[in-house]
Amino acid sequence: MAIIEIKELTKKFNKLAAVDALNLQIKEGEIFGLLGPNGAGKTTTLLMLTTLIQSTSGTATINNYDIHTQPHNVRKSIGIVFQDPSSDEILTGYENLKLHGWLYDMPDIIREKRIKEVLDLVDLTNRQNDRVKKYSGGMRRRLELARGLMHHPKVLFLDEPTLGLDPQTRGTIWEYIQKLAREKNITIIITTHYMDEADKLCDRLAIIDQGKIVILGSPKKLKKNLGGDIVRLKSTKLNISKLKKLSYVKKISSCNDEICLTIENANKHLQELLNFVGKVDSVEIHSPTLDDVFLHYTGRKIRESAPEGSWADKAMHANIQGGTKR
Amino acid sequence: MSELKGIYALWYREMKVFLRERSRVISSIINPLLWLLIIGGGLGSAVSFGGINYQTFIYPGILLQTALFSSIFFGVYIVWDKKIDFMKEVLVAPMRRTSLFVGKIFGGSTDTLLQILILFLIGFVFINIGLMPGLNLNVLSVAISLIFLLVTTIGLVSIGLIIGSQMESPEGFQLIISFLIFPMFFLSGALFPISNLPAWLAPFIFVNPVSYAVDGVRGALLGFSQFNITLDFGVICLFSIVMILIGTYAFKKMKI
Repeated sequence: MAIIEIKELTKKFNKLAAVDALNLQIKEGEIFGLLGPNGAGKTTTLLMLTTLIQSTSGTATINNYDIHTQPHNVRKSIGIVFQDPSSDEILTGYENLKLHGWLYDMPDIIREKRIKEVLDLVDLTNRQNDRVKKYSGGMRRRLELARGLMHHPKVLFLDEPTLGLDPQTRGTIWEYIQKLAREKNITIIITTHYMDEADKLCDRLAIIDQGKIVILGSPKKLKKNLGGDIVRLKSTKLNISKLKKLSYVKKISSCNDEICLTIENANKHLQELLNFVGKVDSVEIHSPTLDDVFLHYTGRKIRESAPEGSWADKAMHANIQGGTKR
Repeated sequence: MSELKGIYALWYREMKVFLRERSRVISSIINPLLWLLIIGGGLGSAVSFGGINYQTFIYPGILLQTALFSSIFFGVYIVWDKKIDFMKEVLVAPMRRTSLFVGKIFGGSTDTLLQILILFLIGFVFINIGLMPGLNLNVLSVAISLIFLLVTTIGLVSIGLIIGSQMESPEGFQLIISFLIFPMFFLSGALFPISNLPAWLAPFIFVNPVSYAVDGVRGALLGFSQFNITLDFGVICLFSIVMILIGTYAFKKMKI
Protein backbone atom coordinates (compact mmCIF):
# COMPACT_ATOMS: atom_id res chain seq x y z
CA MET A 1 0.00 0.00 0.00
CA ALA A 2 1.52 3.28 -1.13
CA ILE A 3 1.36 6.09 1.41
CA ILE A 4 2.12 8.66 -1.27
CA GLU A 5 0.67 8.31 -4.71
CA ILE A 6 1.54 10.98 -7.26
CA LYS A 7 -0.48 11.03 -10.47
CA GLU A 8 0.48 13.23 -13.43
CA LEU A 9 1.44 16.02 -11.05
CA THR A 10 2.31 19.15 -13.03
CA LYS A 11 3.26 22.68 -12.11
CA LYS A 12 3.76 25.33 -14.72
CA PHE A 13 5.17 28.77 -14.10
CA ASN A 14 3.97 30.77 -17.08
CA LYS A 15 4.56 28.22 -19.83
CA LEU A 16 7.58 26.58 -18.28
CA ALA A 17 6.86 23.25 -16.62
CA ALA A 18 8.80 23.07 -13.36
CA VAL A 19 7.26 19.69 -12.65
CA ASP A 20 6.10 17.79 -15.69
CA ALA A 21 3.48 15.04 -15.31
CA LEU A 22 5.20 13.31 -12.41
CA ASN A 23 4.08 9.79 -11.51
CA LEU A 24 5.44 8.15 -8.40
CA GLN A 25 4.46 5.82 -5.59
CA ILE A 26 6.15 5.78 -2.24
CA LYS A 27 5.68 2.97 0.23
CA GLU A 28 5.03 3.37 3.92
CA GLY A 29 8.17 3.41 6.06
CA GLU A 30 10.39 4.03 3.10
CA ILE A 31 13.19 6.61 2.99
CA PHE A 32 12.87 8.06 -0.45
CA GLY A 33 15.34 10.44 -2.05
CA LEU A 34 14.64 13.08 -4.65
CA LEU A 35 17.83 14.07 -6.39
CA GLY A 36 18.44 16.43 -9.22
CA PRO A 37 20.33 19.50 -10.29
CA ASN A 38 19.13 22.87 -9.03
CA GLY A 39 15.91 23.94 -10.65
CA ALA A 40 14.99 20.35 -11.48
CA GLY A 41 11.67 20.68 -9.68
CA LYS A 42 12.41 19.00 -6.36
CA THR A 43 11.33 21.82 -4.10
CA THR A 44 8.30 22.62 -6.26
CA THR A 45 7.21 19.00 -5.93
CA LEU A 46 7.64 19.19 -2.18
CA LEU A 47 5.64 22.41 -1.94
CA MET A 48 2.78 20.87 -3.90
CA LEU A 49 2.78 17.71 -1.79
CA THR A 50 2.74 19.77 1.39
CA THR A 51 -0.25 21.81 0.08
CA LEU A 52 1.64 25.09 0.10
CA ILE A 53 1.22 25.65 -3.62
CA GLN A 54 -1.44 24.42 -6.01
CA SER A 55 -0.56 22.16 -8.87
CA THR A 56 -1.47 23.21 -12.41
CA SER A 57 -2.85 19.76 -13.13
CA GLY A 58 -2.66 16.24 -11.80
CA THR A 59 -2.86 15.35 -8.14
CA ALA A 60 -1.45 13.24 -5.34
CA THR A 61 -2.69 11.48 -2.27
CA ILE A 62 -0.84 11.34 1.01
CA ASN A 63 -2.03 8.90 3.65
CA ASN A 64 -5.09 8.44 1.37
CA TYR A 65 -5.96 12.14 1.48
CA ASP A 66 -6.05 14.15 -1.70
CA ILE A 67 -3.84 17.25 -1.69
CA HIS A 68 -6.54 19.27 -3.47
CA THR A 69 -9.73 18.20 -1.82
CA GLN A 70 -8.48 17.32 1.68
CA PRO A 71 -5.49 19.60 2.32
CA HIS A 72 -6.30 19.90 6.01
CA ASN A 73 -6.04 16.14 6.54
CA VAL A 74 -2.88 16.06 4.45
CA ARG A 75 -1.33 18.69 6.71
CA LYS A 76 -2.26 16.61 9.74
CA SER A 77 -0.34 13.70 8.28
CA ILE A 78 2.88 15.46 7.37
CA GLY A 79 5.86 17.33 8.74
CA ILE A 80 8.37 19.33 6.78
CA VAL A 81 11.79 20.83 7.29
CA PHE A 82 12.18 23.64 4.81
CA GLN A 83 15.28 24.55 2.92
CA ASP A 84 15.07 28.12 4.23
CA PRO A 85 14.95 28.92 7.93
CA SER A 86 11.40 29.40 9.16
CA SER A 87 11.84 29.92 12.87
CA ASP A 88 11.16 33.18 14.65
CA GLU A 89 14.46 34.73 15.64
CA ILE A 90 13.02 36.88 18.41
CA LEU A 91 11.86 33.75 20.21
CA THR A 92 14.21 31.30 21.89
CA GLY A 93 14.88 27.86 20.50
CA TYR A 94 12.69 26.31 23.16
CA GLU A 95 9.84 28.73 22.47
CA ASN A 96 9.94 27.95 18.77
CA LEU A 97 9.56 24.27 19.57
CA LYS A 98 6.78 24.88 22.05
CA LEU A 99 4.94 26.93 19.44
CA HIS A 100 5.28 24.06 17.02
CA GLY A 101 3.88 21.63 19.57
CA TRP A 102 0.85 23.85 20.03
CA LEU A 103 0.31 24.28 16.32
CA TYR A 104 0.27 20.50 15.97
CA ASP A 105 -1.97 20.00 18.97
CA MET A 106 0.45 17.79 20.88
CA PRO A 107 -0.52 16.89 24.45
CA ASP A 108 1.57 18.88 26.96
CA ILE A 109 3.45 15.94 28.48
CA ILE A 110 4.44 14.46 25.13
CA ARG A 111 5.37 17.89 23.84
CA GLU A 112 7.79 18.59 26.67
CA LYS A 113 9.27 15.10 26.44
CA ARG A 114 9.84 15.39 22.71
CA ILE A 115 11.32 18.88 23.02
CA LYS A 116 13.93 17.46 25.41
CA GLU A 117 14.53 14.54 23.10
CA VAL A 118 15.01 16.54 19.91
CA LEU A 119 17.04 19.30 21.57
CA ASP A 120 19.36 16.66 22.85
CA LEU A 121 19.56 15.06 19.45
CA VAL A 122 20.67 18.22 17.69
CA ASP A 123 22.84 19.21 20.64
CA LEU A 124 21.09 22.47 21.42
CA THR A 125 20.04 21.73 24.99
CA ASN A 126 22.33 24.36 26.55
CA ARG A 127 21.31 26.97 24.03
CA GLN A 128 17.57 26.36 24.21
CA ASN A 129 16.90 29.57 26.13
CA ASP A 130 18.88 31.81 23.80
CA ARG A 131 17.07 33.76 21.18
CA VAL A 132 17.40 32.26 17.72
CA LYS A 133 18.88 35.57 16.55
CA LYS A 134 22.04 34.62 18.40
CA TYR A 135 22.33 31.19 16.76
CA SER A 136 24.82 30.48 14.03
CA GLY A 137 23.58 29.28 10.64
CA GLY A 138 24.28 25.66 11.51
CA MET A 139 22.51 25.93 14.86
CA ARG A 140 19.42 27.38 13.21
CA ARG A 141 19.46 24.50 10.77
CA ARG A 142 19.62 22.02 13.61
CA LEU A 143 16.74 23.73 15.35
CA GLU A 144 14.60 23.53 12.20
CA LEU A 145 15.37 19.88 11.96
CA ALA A 146 14.50 19.27 15.59
CA ARG A 147 11.20 21.00 15.01
CA GLY A 148 10.31 18.96 11.94
CA LEU A 149 11.02 15.70 13.77
CA MET A 150 9.19 16.72 16.90
CA HIS A 151 5.62 15.67 16.14
CA HIS A 152 6.40 12.29 14.54
CA PRO A 153 4.25 12.74 11.44
CA LYS A 154 3.22 9.87 9.12
CA VAL A 155 5.25 11.43 6.34
CA LEU A 156 8.21 13.69 6.91
CA PHE A 157 9.60 15.88 4.14
CA LEU A 158 13.19 16.98 4.49
CA ASP A 159 14.39 19.57 2.01
CA GLU A 160 18.21 19.47 2.14
CA PRO A 161 18.25 18.44 5.80
CA THR A 162 21.97 18.50 6.45
CA LEU A 163 23.05 21.38 4.24
CA GLY A 164 25.85 23.27 5.94
CA LEU A 165 26.27 20.91 8.88
CA ASP A 166 29.50 19.41 10.12
CA PRO A 167 30.17 15.68 9.60
CA GLN A 168 29.46 14.66 13.21
CA THR A 169 26.06 16.31 13.27
CA ARG A 170 25.21 14.88 9.87
CA GLY A 171 26.07 11.43 11.18
CA THR A 172 23.81 11.76 14.23
CA ILE A 173 20.99 13.14 12.14
CA TRP A 174 21.24 10.30 9.65
CA GLU A 175 21.03 7.83 12.47
CA TYR A 176 17.96 9.52 13.88
CA ILE A 177 16.27 9.67 10.48
CA GLN A 178 16.87 5.96 10.02
CA LYS A 179 15.61 5.21 13.49
CA LEU A 180 12.43 7.19 12.84
CA ALA A 181 11.77 5.28 9.64
CA ARG A 182 12.44 1.87 11.18
CA GLU A 183 10.94 2.20 14.62
CA LYS A 184 8.07 4.61 14.09
CA ASN A 185 7.37 3.57 10.52
CA ILE A 186 7.55 7.18 9.39
CA THR A 187 7.89 7.63 5.66
CA ILE A 188 10.65 10.09 4.84
CA ILE A 189 11.04 12.03 1.63
CA ILE A 190 14.38 13.70 1.36
CA THR A 191 15.90 16.03 -1.20
CA THR A 192 19.62 16.38 -1.09
CA HIS A 193 22.67 17.46 -2.95
CA TYR A 194 24.90 15.11 -1.04
CA MET A 195 25.26 11.85 -2.89
CA ASP A 196 26.83 10.10 0.08
CA GLU A 197 23.78 11.06 2.11
CA ALA A 198 21.39 9.68 -0.49
CA ASP A 199 23.45 6.53 -0.79
CA LYS A 200 23.56 5.91 2.92
CA LEU A 201 19.98 6.80 3.77
CA CYS A 202 17.64 6.11 0.90
CA ASP A 203 15.88 2.86 0.24
CA ARG A 204 14.96 4.16 -3.16
CA LEU A 205 15.62 7.33 -5.01
CA ALA A 206 14.52 9.18 -8.09
CA ILE A 207 16.73 11.45 -10.12
CA ILE A 208 14.71 14.34 -11.50
CA ASP A 209 15.79 16.61 -14.30
CA GLN A 210 13.69 19.31 -15.92
CA GLY A 211 10.61 18.26 -14.03
CA LYS A 212 10.71 14.62 -15.08
CA ILE A 213 11.97 11.47 -13.43
CA VAL A 214 14.94 10.22 -15.41
CA ILE A 215 15.64 7.13 -13.31
CA LEU A 216 14.17 5.45 -10.28
CA GLY A 217 15.51 2.65 -8.12
CA SER A 218 17.54 1.67 -5.10
CA PRO A 219 21.03 3.21 -4.87
CA LYS A 220 22.52 -0.26 -5.25
CA LYS A 221 20.55 -1.03 -8.36
CA LEU A 222 21.31 2.33 -9.94
CA LYS A 223 25.02 1.88 -9.38
CA LYS A 224 24.88 -1.61 -10.80
CA ASN A 225 22.97 -0.35 -13.81
CA LEU A 226 25.94 1.71 -14.85
CA GLY A 227 27.40 -1.59 -15.95
CA GLY A 228 30.86 -1.66 -14.49
CA ASP A 229 33.60 0.17 -12.64
CA ILE A 230 34.94 3.61 -13.31
CA VAL A 231 38.51 3.98 -14.48
CA ARG A 232 40.00 7.44 -14.66
CA LEU A 233 42.98 7.85 -16.89
CA LYS A 234 45.33 10.70 -17.46
CA SER A 235 47.44 10.32 -20.52
CA THR A 236 48.76 12.58 -23.24
CA LYS A 237 48.20 10.25 -26.15
CA LEU A 238 44.86 8.57 -25.83
CA ASN A 239 43.21 7.20 -28.89
CA ILE A 240 39.56 7.48 -28.05
CA SER A 241 38.20 5.91 -31.20
CA LYS A 242 40.32 2.83 -30.70
CA LEU A 243 39.27 2.60 -27.05
CA LYS A 244 35.66 2.57 -28.11
CA LYS A 245 36.21 -0.62 -30.01
CA LEU A 246 37.19 -2.60 -26.91
CA SER A 247 34.31 -4.87 -25.94
CA TYR A 248 34.58 -4.26 -22.18
CA VAL A 249 34.55 -0.45 -22.45
CA LYS A 250 30.97 0.55 -21.86
CA LYS A 251 31.19 4.30 -21.89
CA ILE A 252 33.78 7.02 -22.39
CA SER A 253 33.45 10.54 -21.09
CA SER A 254 35.85 13.30 -20.28
CA CYS A 255 36.20 14.54 -16.71
CA ASN A 256 38.23 17.74 -16.73
CA ASP A 257 41.59 16.82 -18.30
CA GLU A 258 41.12 13.14 -17.60
CA ILE A 259 39.17 10.42 -19.36
CA CYS A 260 36.57 8.41 -17.48
CA LEU A 261 35.89 4.95 -18.74
CA THR A 262 33.15 2.67 -17.59
CA ILE A 263 34.66 -0.76 -17.66
CA GLU A 264 32.94 -4.07 -17.18
CA ASN A 265 34.75 -6.04 -14.52
CA ALA A 266 37.67 -3.62 -14.26
CA ASN A 267 39.80 -5.83 -12.01
CA LYS A 268 40.05 -8.40 -14.72
CA HIS A 269 40.58 -6.08 -17.66
CA LEU A 270 42.83 -3.45 -16.13
CA GLN A 271 46.17 -4.90 -17.21
CA GLU A 272 44.93 -5.41 -20.71
CA LEU A 273 43.59 -1.88 -20.83
CA LEU A 274 46.82 -0.36 -19.58
CA ASN A 275 48.83 -2.32 -22.12
CA PHE A 276 46.53 -1.06 -24.80
CA VAL A 277 46.70 2.58 -23.77
CA GLY A 278 50.43 2.65 -23.26
CA LYS A 279 52.07 5.22 -21.03
CA VAL A 280 49.71 6.88 -18.59
CA ASP A 281 50.36 9.76 -16.17
CA SER A 282 47.91 8.46 -13.62
CA VAL A 283 45.18 5.90 -13.24
CA GLU A 284 42.45 5.56 -10.72
CA ILE A 285 39.86 2.86 -10.38
CA HIS A 286 36.76 2.84 -8.27
CA SER A 287 33.42 1.11 -8.16
CA PRO A 288 30.62 3.41 -9.24
CA THR A 289 29.21 5.88 -6.72
CA LEU A 290 25.95 7.77 -6.85
CA ASP A 291 27.97 10.71 -8.15
CA ASP A 292 28.69 8.67 -11.25
CA VAL A 293 25.05 7.68 -11.51
CA PHE A 294 24.00 11.29 -11.22
CA LEU A 295 26.51 12.37 -13.79
CA HIS A 296 25.45 9.63 -16.13
CA TYR A 297 21.77 10.51 -16.07
CA THR A 298 21.83 14.29 -15.87
CA GLY A 299 25.01 14.88 -17.83
CA ARG A 300 26.06 17.34 -15.18
CA LYS A 301 28.10 17.17 -12.06
CA ILE A 302 26.06 18.27 -9.10
CA ARG A 303 28.67 20.75 -7.98
CA GLU A 304 28.45 22.67 -11.21
CA SER A 305 25.03 23.80 -10.18
CA ALA A 306 26.02 24.34 -6.56
CA PRO A 307 23.13 25.90 -4.76
CA GLU A 308 22.98 29.58 -5.45
CA GLY A 309 20.69 31.41 -3.11
CA SER A 310 20.59 28.28 -1.03
CA TRP A 311 19.70 28.11 2.58
CA ALA A 312 23.32 28.26 3.68
CA ASP A 313 24.06 31.33 1.58
CA LYS A 314 21.06 33.12 2.95
CA ALA A 315 21.92 32.16 6.49
CA MET A 316 25.39 33.58 6.06
CA HIS A 317 23.95 36.67 4.51
CA ALA A 318 21.50 37.16 7.30
CA ASN A 319 24.26 36.82 9.85
CA ILE A 320 26.37 39.40 8.11
CA GLN A 321 23.49 41.83 8.04
CA GLY A 322 22.97 41.29 11.71
CA GLY A 323 19.76 39.43 11.06
CA THR A 324 17.52 42.09 12.57
CA LYS A 325 14.54 41.50 10.44
CA ARG A 326 11.75 41.93 12.81
CA MET B 1 -9.61 22.26 20.59
CA SER B 2 -6.66 22.14 18.26
CA GLU B 3 -7.77 25.35 16.55
CA LEU B 4 -7.92 27.13 19.92
CA LYS B 5 -4.45 25.91 20.78
CA GLY B 6 -3.19 27.18 17.44
CA ILE B 7 -4.79 30.57 18.01
CA TYR B 8 -3.25 30.69 21.46
CA ALA B 9 0.14 29.77 20.00
CA LEU B 10 0.01 32.65 17.54
CA TRP B 11 -1.12 35.08 20.21
CA TYR B 12 1.65 33.90 22.55
CA ARG B 13 4.22 34.54 19.86
CA GLU B 14 2.94 38.04 19.12
CA MET B 15 3.04 38.88 22.81
CA LYS B 16 6.61 37.65 23.26
CA VAL B 17 7.74 39.57 20.23
CA PHE B 18 5.91 42.73 21.26
CA LEU B 19 7.35 42.73 24.76
CA ARG B 20 10.86 42.00 23.52
CA GLU B 21 10.90 44.78 20.97
CA ARG B 22 11.57 47.62 23.35
CA SER B 23 11.67 50.23 20.61
CA ARG B 24 8.07 49.47 19.73
CA VAL B 25 6.88 49.86 23.30
CA ILE B 26 8.81 53.06 23.82
CA SER B 27 7.73 54.71 20.59
CA SER B 28 4.16 53.81 21.40
CA ILE B 29 4.45 56.01 24.49
CA ILE B 30 6.57 58.83 23.09
CA ASN B 31 4.51 59.47 19.98
CA PRO B 32 1.15 60.23 21.65
CA LEU B 33 2.94 62.23 24.36
CA LEU B 34 4.42 64.48 21.70
CA TRP B 35 1.01 65.04 20.17
CA LEU B 36 -0.63 65.79 23.49
CA LEU B 37 2.10 68.09 24.75
CA ILE B 38 3.16 69.89 21.59
CA ILE B 39 0.05 70.01 19.39
CA GLY B 40 -2.28 69.95 22.38
CA GLY B 41 -0.27 72.46 24.39
CA GLY B 42 0.76 74.68 21.46
CA LEU B 43 -2.57 74.94 19.68
CA GLY B 44 -4.32 74.84 23.02
CA SER B 45 -2.87 78.20 23.93
CA ALA B 46 -4.92 79.73 21.13
CA VAL B 47 -7.83 77.36 20.53
CA SER B 48 -10.61 75.85 22.57
CA PHE B 49 -13.88 74.24 21.53
CA GLY B 50 -17.13 74.74 23.40
CA GLY B 51 -15.28 75.72 26.56
CA ILE B 52 -13.21 72.53 26.51
CA ASN B 53 -9.46 72.82 26.85
CA TYR B 54 -7.85 71.81 23.50
CA GLN B 55 -5.52 69.30 25.08
CA THR B 56 -8.48 67.63 26.71
CA PHE B 57 -10.40 67.84 23.44
CA ILE B 58 -7.82 65.91 21.44
CA TYR B 59 -7.11 63.28 24.11
CA PRO B 60 -9.80 60.88 22.77
CA GLY B 61 -8.49 61.60 19.28
CA ILE B 62 -4.98 60.64 20.35
CA LEU B 63 -6.30 57.40 21.85
CA LEU B 64 -7.78 56.61 18.45
CA GLN B 65 -4.61 57.73 16.71
CA THR B 66 -2.65 55.17 18.69
CA ALA B 67 -5.22 52.52 17.84
CA LEU B 68 -5.15 53.48 14.18
CA PHE B 69 -1.38 53.55 13.70
CA SER B 70 -0.52 50.57 15.82
CA SER B 71 -3.35 48.38 14.51
CA ILE B 72 -2.90 48.94 10.82
CA PHE B 73 0.86 48.87 11.09
CA PHE B 74 0.60 45.45 12.73
CA GLY B 75 -0.13 44.08 9.26
CA VAL B 76 3.52 44.59 8.30
CA TYR B 77 4.49 41.66 10.49
CA ILE B 78 2.61 39.29 8.26
CA VAL B 79 4.74 40.52 5.38
CA TRP B 80 7.84 39.80 7.49
CA ASP B 81 6.47 36.37 8.37
CA LYS B 82 6.31 35.64 4.68
CA LYS B 83 9.83 36.93 4.18
CA ILE B 84 11.42 34.93 6.96
CA ASP B 85 9.36 31.89 5.94
CA PHE B 86 7.77 31.62 9.36
CA MET B 87 4.52 31.81 7.41
CA LYS B 88 5.31 28.48 5.74
CA GLU B 89 5.70 26.83 9.12
CA VAL B 90 2.27 28.10 10.12
CA LEU B 91 0.56 27.40 6.80
CA VAL B 92 1.76 23.82 6.69
CA ALA B 93 0.44 23.18 10.22
CA PRO B 94 -2.97 21.54 10.52
CA MET B 95 -4.71 24.80 11.32
CA ARG B 96 -7.37 26.58 9.36
CA ARG B 97 -6.64 29.87 7.67
CA THR B 98 -9.48 31.41 9.64
CA SER B 99 -7.74 30.46 12.87
CA LEU B 100 -4.54 32.04 11.62
CA PHE B 101 -6.48 35.22 10.96
CA VAL B 102 -8.14 35.12 14.36
CA GLY B 103 -4.81 34.49 16.11
CA LYS B 104 -3.28 37.46 14.33
CA ILE B 105 -6.29 39.65 15.27
CA PHE B 106 -5.89 38.67 18.92
CA GLY B 107 -2.18 39.39 18.80
CA GLY B 108 -2.55 42.75 17.09
CA SER B 109 -5.45 43.85 19.27
CA THR B 110 -3.62 42.98 22.46
CA ASP B 111 -0.57 44.93 21.31
CA THR B 112 -2.75 47.94 20.62
CA LEU B 113 -4.78 47.69 23.80
CA LEU B 114 -1.61 47.54 25.90
CA GLN B 115 -0.50 50.79 24.31
CA ILE B 116 -3.90 52.32 24.93
CA LEU B 117 -3.79 51.30 28.59
CA ILE B 118 -0.48 53.12 28.90
CA LEU B 119 -2.16 56.18 27.41
CA PHE B 120 -4.93 55.96 29.99
CA LEU B 121 -2.26 55.90 32.70
CA ILE B 122 -0.72 59.00 31.17
CA GLY B 123 -4.21 60.55 31.21
CA PHE B 124 -4.52 59.87 34.95
CA VAL B 125 -1.13 61.43 35.58
CA PHE B 126 -2.00 64.51 33.52
CA ILE B 127 -5.27 65.01 35.38
CA ASN B 128 -3.48 64.78 38.69
CA ILE B 129 -0.89 67.39 37.76
CA GLY B 130 -3.62 69.74 36.59
CA LEU B 131 -3.29 69.27 32.85
CA MET B 132 -6.36 68.38 30.76
CA PRO B 133 -9.18 69.81 32.90
CA GLY B 134 -12.60 68.42 32.05
CA LEU B 135 -11.30 64.97 31.27
CA ASN B 136 -13.45 62.51 33.11
CA LEU B 137 -11.69 59.21 33.76
CA ASN B 138 -13.72 56.88 35.92
CA VAL B 139 -14.46 53.17 35.78
CA LEU B 140 -17.55 53.59 33.63
CA SER B 141 -16.14 56.14 31.18
CA VAL B 142 -12.92 54.14 30.76
CA ALA B 143 -14.86 50.89 30.32
CA ILE B 144 -17.11 52.36 27.63
CA SER B 145 -14.09 53.87 25.87
CA LEU B 146 -12.25 50.55 25.98
CA ILE B 147 -15.20 48.77 24.38
CA PHE B 148 -15.25 51.37 21.60
CA LEU B 149 -11.49 51.15 21.19
CA LEU B 150 -11.47 47.36 21.18
CA VAL B 151 -14.13 47.04 18.49
CA THR B 152 -12.45 49.69 16.35
CA THR B 153 -9.04 48.10 16.88
CA ILE B 154 -10.29 44.73 15.66
CA GLY B 155 -11.55 46.34 12.45
CA LEU B 156 -8.33 48.29 11.98
CA VAL B 157 -6.07 45.29 12.66
CA SER B 158 -8.12 43.48 10.01
CA ILE B 159 -7.38 46.25 7.51
CA GLY B 160 -3.65 45.92 8.22
CA LEU B 161 -3.81 42.13 7.88
CA ILE B 162 -5.81 42.32 4.65
CA ILE B 163 -3.21 44.59 3.08
CA GLY B 164 -0.32 42.62 4.59
CA SER B 165 -1.66 39.32 3.28
CA GLN B 166 -1.59 40.64 -0.26
CA MET B 167 1.80 42.37 -0.14
CA GLU B 168 5.21 40.93 -0.89
CA SER B 169 7.49 43.60 0.55
CA PRO B 170 7.45 45.61 3.79
CA GLU B 171 8.33 48.76 1.83
CA GLY B 172 5.26 48.35 -0.36
CA PHE B 173 3.13 47.80 2.70
CA GLN B 174 4.37 50.97 4.35
CA LEU B 175 3.73 52.99 1.21
CA ILE B 176 0.15 51.80 0.97
CA ILE B 177 -0.75 52.26 4.60
CA SER B 178 0.60 55.79 4.76
CA PHE B 179 -1.95 56.65 2.07
CA LEU B 180 -4.57 55.14 4.31
CA ILE B 181 -3.59 56.05 7.85
CA PHE B 182 -3.12 59.79 7.46
CA PRO B 183 -6.44 60.53 5.75
CA MET B 184 -8.21 58.29 8.25
CA PHE B 185 -6.61 60.21 11.09
CA PHE B 186 -7.00 63.77 9.80
CA LEU B 187 -10.52 63.16 8.52
CA SER B 188 -11.78 61.74 11.79
CA GLY B 189 -12.42 64.80 13.91
CA ALA B 190 -9.60 63.73 16.21
CA LEU B 191 -8.15 67.25 16.08
CA PHE B 192 -11.21 69.42 15.45
CA PRO B 193 -14.95 69.27 16.04
CA ILE B 194 -17.03 67.96 13.17
CA SER B 195 -19.93 70.34 13.51
CA ASN B 196 -20.13 73.18 10.97
CA LEU B 197 -17.70 71.59 8.52
CA PRO B 198 -17.37 72.95 5.00
CA ALA B 199 -19.74 71.07 2.70
CA TRP B 200 -16.96 69.46 0.64
CA LEU B 201 -15.20 68.09 3.71
CA ALA B 202 -18.17 66.70 5.63
CA PRO B 203 -18.82 63.62 3.42
CA PHE B 204 -15.23 62.40 3.83
CA ILE B 205 -15.59 62.55 7.56
CA PHE B 206 -18.97 60.88 7.61
CA VAL B 207 -17.75 57.85 5.63
CA ASN B 208 -14.71 57.41 7.86
CA PRO B 209 -15.45 54.82 10.57
CA VAL B 210 -12.77 56.34 12.82
CA SER B 211 -14.92 59.51 13.10
CA TYR B 212 -17.61 57.50 14.89
CA ALA B 213 -15.08 55.89 17.18
CA VAL B 214 -13.59 59.27 18.10
CA ASP B 215 -17.07 60.63 18.67
CA GLY B 216 -18.06 57.72 20.89
CA VAL B 217 -14.93 57.87 23.03
CA ARG B 218 -15.20 61.65 23.28
CA GLY B 219 -18.80 61.22 24.38
CA ALA B 220 -17.74 58.79 27.10
CA LEU B 221 -14.74 60.75 28.38
CA LEU B 222 -15.82 64.38 27.87
CA GLY B 223 -19.60 64.12 27.67
CA PHE B 224 -19.35 65.90 24.33
CA SER B 225 -20.44 64.14 21.17
CA GLN B 226 -21.76 64.94 17.74
CA PHE B 227 -23.76 61.80 17.02
CA ASN B 228 -25.86 59.54 19.14
CA ILE B 229 -23.56 57.11 20.99
CA THR B 230 -25.68 54.16 19.83
CA LEU B 231 -25.18 55.24 16.23
CA ASP B 232 -21.43 55.50 16.87
CA PHE B 233 -21.31 52.01 18.30
CA GLY B 234 -23.47 50.56 15.52
CA VAL B 235 -21.24 52.02 12.82
CA ILE B 236 -17.97 50.73 14.27
CA CYS B 237 -19.46 47.28 14.91
CA LEU B 238 -20.61 47.12 11.31
CA PHE B 239 -17.19 48.33 10.16
CA SER B 240 -15.35 45.66 12.14
CA ILE B 241 -17.66 42.85 11.05
CA VAL B 242 -17.20 43.76 7.39
CA MET B 243 -13.42 43.95 7.81
CA ILE B 244 -13.30 40.56 9.56
CA LEU B 245 -15.26 39.00 6.69
CA ILE B 246 -13.00 40.53 4.06
CA GLY B 247 -9.94 39.52 6.11
CA THR B 248 -11.06 35.91 6.41
CA TYR B 249 -11.50 35.82 2.66
CA ALA B 250 -8.13 37.49 2.04
CA PHE B 251 -6.37 34.95 4.24
CA LYS B 252 -7.98 32.07 2.40
CA LYS B 253 -6.67 33.48 -0.85
CA MET B 254 -3.26 34.38 0.53
CA LYS B 255 -0.27 32.98 -1.35
CA ILE B 256 3.15 32.35 0.07
